[in-house]
Amino acid sequence: MRRETKVRQRVRIHKCMRFLRNRTIAAGIAERLLGPMRRLCKACGIFSRGGGANAGDRPSLWGWIFSCRWTAVVLLALGFAASFAIPRFNLVNPYYQLILMYVCINIILAISLNLVNGYMGEFSVGHAGFMAVGAYVSAILTVKVLPAGLGQVMFPLAVAAGGAVAALVGLVVAIPSFKTRGDYLAIVTLAFNMIVKSLFENIDAVGGPRGLLGISKLTTLPWVFVWTILSVWIIRNFVYSRFGRGVLSIREDEIASDMMSVNTRHVKMLAFVVSSFFAGVAGALYAHLMQFINPRMFDILKSTDILVMVYLGGIGSIAGSILGASIYTVLLEALRPLGIWRMVFMPLVLVLVMIFRPRGIMGFREFRLFMRREDYEDRPLPAPPIASQDGGEAPT
Amino acid sequence: MTYFFQQALNVIQLGSIYALIALGYTMVYGILTMINFAHGDLFMVGAFVCFMAAAWLGLPFVPALMLSMFAIALLGVVIERLAYKPLRQAPRVSAIITALGVGLFLENFTLALSPYPKQIPPLMANQVWHFGGVAVSSLQLLIIALSLALMFMLDFIVRRTMLGMAMRAISCDRATAPLMGVPVDRVISITFAIGAGLGGAAGTLYALAYPVIDPYMGVMVGWKAFISAVVGGIGSIRGAMIGGFILGAVEIMTAALLPSTYRDLISFALLLVLLIFRPYGILGKPHTQKV
Repeated sequence: MRRETKVRQRVRIHKCMRFLRNRTIAAGIAERLLGPMRRLCKACGIFSRGGGANAGDRPSLWGWIFSCRWTAVVLLALGFAASFAIPRFNLVNPYYQLILMYVCINIILAISLNLVNGYMGEFSVGHAGFMAVGAYVSAILTVKVLPAGLGQVMFPLAVAAGGAVAALVGLVVAIPSFKTRGDYLAIVTLAFNMIVKSLFENIDAVGGPRGLLGISKLTTLPWVFVWTILSVWIIRNFVYSRFGRGVLSIREDEIASDMMSVNTRHVKMLAFVVSSFFAGVAGALYAHLMQFINPRMFDILKSTDILVMVYLGGIGSIAGSILGASIYTVLLEALRPLGIWRMVFMPLVLVLVMIFRPRGIMGFREFRLFMRREDYEDRPLPAPPIASQDGGEAPT
Repeated sequence: MTYFFQQALNVIQLGSIYALIALGYTMVYGILTMINFAHGDLFMVGAFVCFMAAAWLGLPFVPALMLSMFAIALLGVVIERLAYKPLRQAPRVSAIITALGVGLFLENFTLALSPYPKQIPPLMANQVWHFGGVAVSSLQLLIIALSLALMFMLDFIVRRTMLGMAMRAISCDRATAPLMGVPVDRVISITFAIGAGLGGAAGTLYALAYPVIDPYMGVMVGWKAFISAVVGGIGSIRGAMIGGFILGAVEIMTAALLPSTYRDLISFALLLVLLIFRPYGILGKPHTQKV
């Protein structure tokens, strides 16, 4: 062992002091900026770990309101009404309405990818492929198959059909995931994305590389709102269901969960199907918002975008996906004056977030909204789906 | 028959470039079990450094190649120190996402500095010989010979030198290697430098063969090189070389036999089939997981 000299020791102490001082200053600034927000959260019991309104020591009105289940219903109704009122009476500038719709579509994409990448712990990098399938199927339906006059009425059907076909494709992609994991599954999904893209490039009936034109603008704010809420609601309930517990157990240890008689194949298939269904829905909404699609919109760069949103917001967290998609989309739009340099700035933000918060903003955490303390503390977890003795289907 | 030989030559040319890039992926993976998704973009920056050396400094081929390799090796080490080292203890996925972020940064930074594709001036006189109908250009021979030489050099380093032994020790057991006196941080940095330097060399050679370069050229080539690394068995150096040549062969053959728009479709579909039969690549070892 080398003994430290006096000088070196003093330098080290000095460095230590400087670090501590800087840290205190940074903490002070952070407290000044975030303090009010944190106090509000504490009062509402949002991050409640003890303390807060739910602990019973200091019941506050806001805490009570935000832990009440009915608040969610009221807020949803208000949001729905607003989504009708905003385009009808032009309450907000149309440009902001467009951004709002992009945010919602990106939320659907991020949340559905989070199911596979965050909750199941796989590394799927081809989410834009499912999006492409949904976009093309729904666009072909509304442009070529369904009568033009019925567009607005048939639109939800077309979107659901796009999602359903994407879900079928997701079922096919799930099959290789039985045997391989990690990087090899990443390759499979990556290859899938490229195959989908070059398949659409080679089909002349849908415009080939030029893309599909003449899609009518059927995506409106209320529809986007409804599909977003639907996807959040379904995926949230899926994650908290017994199948969702199975998904989590696969992430923690696949072999062990297989041993504990979780039907891993069944669970994986279901997770892929749900995830790709919503990716397809998002693609359909996107196609009818842009009114024009071509295969290059859904290449690997789009998949990277979705990955960035998920990991920025935090894996294994629905609130994280919502936050990540909103921050990413809004920040990209807000930085538009910077021109091309905003595309330089965004990856830097991502790298910094990853270095200082490797799990993303909300990794594995949720806001405790709209539920009382007793709702989430004393409730036994539902058992994961169990393969029956004869190795058949899981009873649900 | 001449057609076949002509295509075989193209296969070797493209395959050796893929193999050079795939080596960068596989070395970093072998030592850190981390996919360095920024590697394709290091390759692109390598091509741009070659452009700068040729067009602005007017350097001939060999100094341009050296400059490009050195600059990219330095860039690789800087990236490793700044972006990846703080994440050694973090979940694996965060490091991968950081790599994606670094890649996007390099792409867009280059795009911001040079919005239009660049044409590289010819670095050397290109001579074409004919051997019974097969046209062989000096450029092709140079690319093939150089990349083969680099690959053999790498294979020698990894198998026969102390440095290579240290690399293999770290990839075998990262917790024990420092106890045996292996300077882990330094070896990891050197690995990044070598991998990135090979990427820079590949960028220069690619720019010689296909002289129009743009900031997004690294995306597709990088992903394809990654696929070759996986096909060969990621973490295995000889596997990466074989994988590169296989991918090159599949691409050139589909382009030769079918309309060229089917190239990506067929090559990726074939790779999927290959992965179904050999899920761990050609030379990869299936690591059994213990509970």
